[in-house]
Amino acid sequence: MISLAGRDILHGWGKFVLTGVGLGLLIGVTLSMAGVYRGMVDDAQALLDNSHADLWVVQKDTLGPYAEPSSLPEDSERPIQAMRGVAQAAGVTYLTMQIAQGDKDVRVMVVGTEMGEPGMPGQPTHLIAGRQIVRGHYEAVADVKSGFALGDRVKVRRNFYTVVGLTSRMVSSGGDPMLFLSLKDAQAAQFQKDSDAIVRQRARTEANPQLNPPGNPAVAAAVNAVQSGNTNVNAVLVTITPDADPDLVADAIRRWQRLTVYTRAEMEEILVQKLIANSARQIAMFLVILSIVSAAIVAFIIYTMTIGKIREIAVLKLIGTRNRTISWMILQQALGLGLIGFVVGKIAASLWAPFFPKYVLLLPADSIRGFFAVMLICTLASVLAIQAALKVDPAEAIGG
Amino acid sequence: MTLPFTTSRRGWLLLAVLLPLLLLFAWVALRSGPLAPVNVTVVQVEDRAISPALFGIGTVEARYTQKVGPTAAGRVSMVAVDVGDTVKEGQLIAQIDPIDLDQRIDAAAGGSARSAALEQAAVAQIADATARVALAQSQAARTEKLKEGGWVTDAMVDQRRQELAGARASLAAAQANRNAAGQDRGRLGAERAALVQQKANLRLVAPHAGLVVRRAVEPGTTVVAGQAVIEIIDPSQLWINVRFDQTQSAGLAAGLPVRIALRSRPESQVAGTIERVEPMADALTEEVLAKALFSLAEGIPSIGELAEVTVALPARARTPAIPNAAVHRVDGQVGVWVIRGGDLDFVKVKIGAQNLDGWVQILDGLKTGEQIILHSAKALSANSRFSIVKSLP
Repeated sequence: MISLAGRDILHGWGKFVLTGVGLGLLIGVTLSMAGVYRGMVDDAQALLDNSHADLWVVQKDTLGPYAEPSSLPEDSERPIQAMRGVAQAAGVTYLTMQIAQGDKDVRVMVVGTEMGEPGMPGQPTHLIAGRQIVRGHYEAVADVKSGFALGDRVKVRRNFYTVVGLTSRMVSSGGDPMLFLSLKDAQAAQFQKDSDAIVRQRARTEANPQLNPPGNPAVAAAVNAVQSGNTNVNAVLVTITPDADPDLVADAIRRWQRLTVYTRAEMEEILVQKLIANSARQIAMFLVILSIVSAAIVAFIIYTMTIGKIREIAVLKLIGTRNRTISWMILQQALGLGLIGFVVGKIAASLWAPFFPKYVLLLPADSIRGFFAVMLICTLASVLAIQAALKVDPAEAIGG
Repeated sequence: MTLPFTTSRRGWLLLAVLLPLLLLFAWVALRSGPLAPVNVTVVQVEDRAISPALFGIGTVEARYTQKVGPTAAGRVSMVAVDVGDTVKEGQLIAQIDPIDLDQRIDAAAGGSARSAALEQAAVAQIADATARVALAQSQAARTEKLKEGGWVTDAMVDQRRQELAGARASLAAAQANRNAAGQDRGRLGAERAALVQQKANLRLVAPHAGLVVRRAVEPGTTVVAGQAVIEIIDPSQLWINVRFDQTQSAGLAAGLPVRIALRSRPESQVAGTIERVEPMADALTEEVLAKALFSLAEGIPSIGELAEVTVALPARARTPAIPNAAVHRVDGQVGVWVIRGGDLDFVKVKIGAQNLDGWVQILDGLKTGEQIILHSAKALSANSRFSIVKSLP
C-alpha cells in the first residue's frame, strides 16, 4: 500500500517542516508559559523546602515572615527548644534589599541564620561551590543567580562580607536570590541604622529633657544604648522529632508560648494562595488564552493546508480514491504536523528556559499533557478539513 | 508496509532533518528539567590535622580609664587640659569654683585666733586666782594659829576659811575657761583645715599619668557629684573587648596568641594575646567575652574602633577530614552523601573541630579515601540520579 500522506508530505516536505517548526515555536511559547507558572509556584515551595523547617513560629497574629513583617525576640527560641517534640529551633531573619554587584544593583533576600552547627534550619541546604560560613561574622553564601562569585566582597549596609560559598535555587517567593549571613550580621543589617540616623537620634535624645534630665547625664547614655541595640528575629524555624505530630507541637507552642505558629501545609497555603495568588492567576489566565489561541492557529493551519490541496483531492476523488483513504491522509498529515510542532516546541522551551530571569520549571507531566492536547487539537482541526475535502466535487479537478 | 521515502532523495533529506530533531528532543527530555541527573562534584576523605581557630569581633578599649570629676556638686571654673593632651600624675586638670570657701576659711581662721586670745586671758585669770589662793591659804593658816592662843574668835577663823575656798573656786573656774578656749581653738582649727581640704578637693588632678580622651564639660557648667569632667586613659594599656559566639568558643583560654585586624587597617594583622576570658558570658547575645591585649608599633588606634580577632588553637591529631560543604542534615541526622558502588548512601557522621577554611574533623563514620559528594546542583536524596562533574555550575 502506498502512503498517500507520506507522498504528499515528501512532495512539499520543506513547506511541511517549516510549518511544523513555526507551529512548534508557538507550542514552545505555550509550554514556556506553563513553565513560568510552575516556576512561580516552585519558587514559593523552594523557599519552604530550603528553610527545611517543620514549623514557623512568628509574631502573634501575623502572617510572617514571608507574607507579612514579623518580629520577635531572639531568645523566644529557647523556651520553644525545651518543648516536647521539638528537635531544633533557630531564629532567622529575612530582609529583601538592593545591593551593589559590580556596577549594577541586584535585588537579594538577605537571610540570617544560625551557623553554629551544620544543618540548622534556615541554612543553605546544598552548595554548588565553596564552603559554608565558618566565621561568626563577615562571611556570606550567595545564590548563584545573584551574580556573585567566590571571593567577592559584598557590601550590605555598612559592612563588607566575603562570599565563601555559592548555592542554587535558594530564592525568595518573589524569585530574588538569597544571600546568607550569620544571624548577628543579618540582625545588624536589618536593624542597625545608618550613622547619620544614629547621630540624629542621639541629638534628639539629648534635646529631650525627659530622656536627658539635667543633673543625671547617665540617663541619655542608657537611652542611646537601648535605641541602638536590637536582638530581634523575624521568625523561629522549628524542626520536630521524627515521632512528633507537627499539628500537636504547633498547638502546644501556640498555647504555651502565645505565639503564632504555621505548619508546612499552612505556610504553603499562605505563600501559594495568598502571596503569589494574584500574579500566579494572572499567568494562569494568560496561559489559558495562549492555549486557546495556539489551538485556533493550529486548526487554521491544518484547515488552510488541506484547502490548498483541494484540487489534488478532487483528482484523487476522480480516480476513485475512497473517502476513508483521503480522510486518513489528512489526519496523518495533521498528526505529523502536530508531532513535529510538539518536538520543536519542547526543544525550544527547554533551550530558552534557562535564559528567563525567573525560574521556569518544565514538568514532564506538563509536556505529556501538552502532547495529548496538541494531538487532540490536530485531530479536531483535521475533522474540519476532512469535511471540507469530502465535500469537494471531483469535477473541480477538471474544471474550476 | 514499505516506507514511502526509502528510495527517494527527498526521503533522505526529510530524514536528515527529522532524525537530529528527534535526537535533540530525546536529549532535551532526559538532560533538562526534573528528570535530569543532578550534577555533583566529589572529593575524597583526607587525613588532616585540623587546627581550629576562633573568630570574634570586639572593640578597642583602654584597660584603665579614669573619669575625673568632683565629689560634690559645683560649677566648673577652669579646665586646664584638652583632648589629646598627655598629663602627669598629680597635674591640675580642672578646677571647680570654690564660691564662699575662702571666706569660710578666713572666718574659721579668725575664730581660731579669737579662741587663742580667750585662752591667753584664761591663763592670766588662772595666775591671778593662784595668787589669791596662796594669799588666802597663808591668811587662813595664820588665823588658825592665833585661834589656838585664843587671840581671835571662831568667826574670824570661819571667814578666813571661806575666803580660801572662794579663791580655790576662782582658780578652778579660770582653769575651766582656759580648757574651753583651748578646745574651741582646736575645733576652729580643724574646721579651717577641713575647709582647706575641701578647697584642695575642688582642684581636679590627674590620678595617673595618661592621655586625655574626653573633655566632657566646659568652664561655667554645673556638674553633679561623680560626673566626669575629664576622662584619662593609659595609652600603653589597650585591649580589645572581644566577643566569641558561644558555639565556637571551645578551647578559648588566657594566654593564647591572637591576630587582630583593626577596621581601619584590615590588611595589617597585629599580634596580641588573650589576657583573660571573662567568667561572665553574655546570656542575651549568646557570646563569650574575652580581653585581648595588644600594642601597636606606632600610634594608638581609636578607642571604640571595631576589630576582628582570630585565635589559633593548637592543631588536633590527624583524623579523616572533609570540607564542611559536604555535611548535611537529613531526617535530623548529621551525615555525608557517600558514593558506594555507584549509588548514593547517606552516612551518619560524628563531626569534631572545624578550621577557618571550612574543613571539619570526622570523628566517626567515614574512612580516609572514601568518595563523598561535595557540591551538588540540587539537594540530594537517596534515589537521586547524579552525574559527576569537575566543577559547578
